[in-house]
Amino acid sequence: MTQATLLALLSHWWRNPLQLFTLLAGLALATALWSGVQAVNAEARASYDAAAATLGEAQYERLVRPDGQPMAQATYVALRRAGWLVSPVVQGRLEGVRIVGIEPLTAPGGIGPVAPQEGADFGSFLTGEGQLFANAETAARLPDLDVIISPDIAPGTAVTDIGVAQRLLGKADLIDSLIVLPAQPRTRVPLAEIAADLTRQPAQGGSDIGRLTDSFHLNLTAFGLLSFAVGIFIVNGAIGLAFEQRRPVVRTMRALGLPLRRLILLMGAELMIFALIAGIIGVALGYVIAALLLPDVAATLRGLYGADVSGTLQLRPSWWLSGLAIALGGTALAASGALSQLARMPLLAAAQPRALAMAAGRRARLQGYAALVLLVLSAILMVTAEGLIGGFGLLAGLLIGAALALPLLLDACLNLMSKAAKSVTAQWFWADTRQQLPGLSLALMALLLAMAANVGVSTMVSSFRLTFTDFLDQRLASELYVRTDDAAQAAGLIGFAKDRVDAILPIQSTQTTVAGQPTEVFGARDHATYRDFWVFLQSTDDAWGTTFAGRTVLINEQLSRRAGLDVGDTMTLQDRDFQIAGVYGDYGNPIGQAVLGEAIFGMLYPDVAPRNYGLRMPPEDVPDFVAGLEAATGIPATQTINQAGIKSISLAIFERTFTVTTALNILTLAVAGFAILMSLLTLASMRVPQLAPAWAMGMTRRQIGWLELLRAVMLALLTALVALPLGLALAWALLAVVNVAAFGWQLPMYLFPADYARLGVFALLAAALAALWPALRLARTPPADLLKVFSNER
Amino acid sequence: MLLTVTDIQKTYQTADGPFAVLRGIDLCLAAGETLALTGESGSGKSTLLHLIGGLDTPDAGQIVLQGQDIAALDDTGRAALRRGTVGVVFQQFNLIPSLKVGDNIAFQARLAGKHDPAWAATLAEKMGLTPHLNKYPEQLSGGQQQRVAIARTLAAKPKLVLADEPTGNLDEATAGVVMDLMLQLVAETGAGLLMVTHSEALAARLSRRLHLRAGQVA
Repeated sequence: MTQATLLALLSHWWRNPLQLFTLLAGLALATALWSGVQAVNAEARASYDAAAATLGEAQYERLVRPDGQPMAQATYVALRRAGWLVSPVVQGRLEGVRIVGIEPLTAPGGIGPVAPQEGADFGSFLTGEGQLFANAETAARLPDLDVIISPDIAPGTAVTDIGVAQRLLGKADLIDSLIVLPAQPRTRVPLAEIAADLTRQPAQGGSDIGRLTDSFHLNLTAFGLLSFAVGIFIVNGAIGLAFEQRRPVVRTMRALGLPLRRLILLMGAELMIFALIAGIIGVALGYVIAALLLPDVAATLRGLYGADVSGTLQLRPSWWLSGLAIALGGTALAASGALSQLARMPLLAAAQPRALAMAAGRRARLQGYAALVLLVLSAILMVTAEGLIGGFGLLAGLLIGAALALPLLLDACLNLMSKAAKSVTAQWFWADTRQQLPGLSLALMALLLAMAANVGVSTMVSSFRLTFTDFLDQRLASELYVRTDDAAQAAGLIGFAKDRVDAILPIQSTQTTVAGQPTEVFGARDHATYRDFWVFLQSTDDAWGTTFAGRTVLINEQLSRRAGLDVGDTMTLQDRDFQIAGVYGDYGNPIGQAVLGEAIFGMLYPDVAPRNYGLRMPPEDVPDFVAGLEAATGIPATQTINQAGIKSISLAIFERTFTVTTALNILTLAVAGFAILMSLLTLASMRVPQLAPAWAMGMTRRQIGWLELLRAVMLALLTALVALPLGLALAWALLAVVNVAAFGWQLPMYLFPADYARLGVFALLAAALAALWPALRLARTPPADLLKVFSNER
Repeated sequence: MLLTVTDIQKTYQTADGPFAVLRGIDLCLAAGETLALTGESGSGKSTLLHLIGGLDTPDAGQIVLQGQDIAALDDTGRAALRRGTVGVVFQQFNLIPSLKVGDNIAFQARLAGKHDPAWAATLAEKMGLTPHLNKYPEQLSGGQQQRVAIARTLAAKPKLVLADEPTGNLDEATAGVVMDLMLQLVAETGAGLLMVTHSEALAARLSRRLHLRAGQVA
């Protein structure tokens, strides 16, 4: 029985290869988009984790000098003798590669490539002539050194013995930081007695870089999910149509004695086999997408956040498995509706026509109620949502609610147009379009989601770019930034610059904790630069005036939201109370920030000396100044950063970001266009009996073809009109709810009408292209096929 | 007795409220006997046929086929009955369009685990289908398709053949040929035949006739 049934089921696909292609392609594309984006995310995260593991920065407390300068090696020796279990680290850059020197005998396990439990060759590591460990990409950048390839080392980083690092970096007898091992003897001498100039830098819960770039990854993940949702709509549509076409066969097989349970099991198994095949194709396609996207993503993250991400992709079993799981799960989800309908389908087609019609009506009403409930819930969440769960609940409610409401909205529109139509052809066209709607609604839902995702994500990214550009103008107001290595260089710089520039703005900061939040406190010099460029989200009338006078403090949005501090509230720094005079936007910063006047900062933190300086001068004077500075003080040009250069780099990074989002936009839209094409192609064969009467009554096949094309474009246009407000609501939810919940800062939302118009044109073109082939096929249907409709032999 | 139907009742819900299609039907049929069910449209002929074939369930009454009460069977039991004991010939042929003619003929017998290639070949030969075994149903005429449907039913060697206006879609000449073949083969297998028809001429060729009117035996 099973063999005969399987033969009958599979023969359907053999005779309808287009349907099989639709099903496999829809699922493969959905899986490809999902797994591609996930692969990029996983690769980047793996890079951060490798970085964190290599540097030990996430897991361990450290001892450092407050001014960031190296300490003497003797300090390390003194601490060890006093009972402190610490391990030295030296860091620096060589040929653009971060060199990390560790001491394997004292370093905690897992922070370097050579851990005792792995039985590695200690001898060569400790005594080698400069032996380093790095991944292949990094090793290629150090051709003159003896580099052992180790894929687990973070991208852009090479790990070596501390002695080798000191030699390579020119830091003889110097140490940058000391890792404090978790277990310390109770008898050790207090730190202040051994090394009073060192401070303890607490361990962090996760990788700094990981937190910084979470925003970027969240966007990519959201896009991956949306793409997958679009794909699932396609799969759902393909499965639904395939089941619809096989309904008579299923009925016949059951009438001939095939048990329902066996039939459902076999159809389920058949789908799962297809899902597995499509899943494998999809994951492979996803790998290609990821490989194409990763260099841009890596460049974006490197430039935007300073995060080193490998530009090449590794095949990771986890995302192969997750890709296949999502393909199987997606198919199960998409097929569950069709299979449950099959289980409830009466054996006799015409047994209870009234009951079936009533059931269809009930389903439509249920869909309407579900859409209404979800949209009302979304409206409530727009006002009340807090936290990531609320934000994602809002996104899901909006998208699913709108998708469910779309067929009902379109039906209402078509009904209105049908009533307004004057000519017979127009009346037939609208009525026929209404009849087509159920078959096309899933593809149109996919188009709605794709377009809304495009509008939403484009608005978010563009708003981010505009905001960030303004933010750069605010934060990079000085024409030149100079880093000094020590007090002598700083003095030399000030001496050289004081008569040559309009203003010298020292940049000095220290880490502290405010209301339990890690916070960086800055001391700002009284200058018009701050008043002219900084934009407050809220402030008192003379926020800068009172702050420079030492009476008030300014804080960033993150600190304001996390610590619940607003303008007018009081906060304490070094046991001194300050009233908050302003809250400013601080995009991309994971921690709190506070700005004090320079004088009061110097009083509260006397040990902190500025090492970085912003210099105001006419932009055209910058090159001569940099040359003169090097000649006069020996500060090299590599320690200076031209503001125009930073801005152009930052904008270039954004263009790379746009490449990623544009690529994903195009892919998602293409998937939705594909859904329409496949739905129309599948429907085309079922359309002949519906179109034959119109042809018989005097319409030409050409006219019928044109009307088919017009129908697809018109439905796409109506869908686009619904997608625009939905996309904007999506953007708002991402910017004002999800971003705030995830990162603590809100982005202002800007509108880009020209972009939306262009997207609308693309969507109409995609729909027209998708409809072209089916319309041509219908226009060329041989009269003999149309005549068969009226023949008893059909 | 092959089939005994006692006081069968069936009601459908319609837009105007409940509609009693069958209101206490009784009939019986012996093995090898042929019975024509006639009556106007809506008199309940097809409904009765579907109930006997286990395609639907009665609201009340008893249908005993080979000593087994069909009304008491669950879905799995009725499916077993359909593939093993009963064969249904539909007016719309209901062939599987993606299977070739040969596979269509063998399909029900395979489901029932009773596939006999020699018997299937004999049926195809007698039905004049041998040259068409490798064709798809859509490549055949209506008369040929109905012959495939009859061959499919008989290939499983059912005890009872139910035919719902089997020649309703065929012209008179083709209908005559198809009917001749079906009656001849049913007689050869010794099965009982219950056929719904509007045609007085066809009804006259069967051994008995039962006329239904408004859900009751007239």
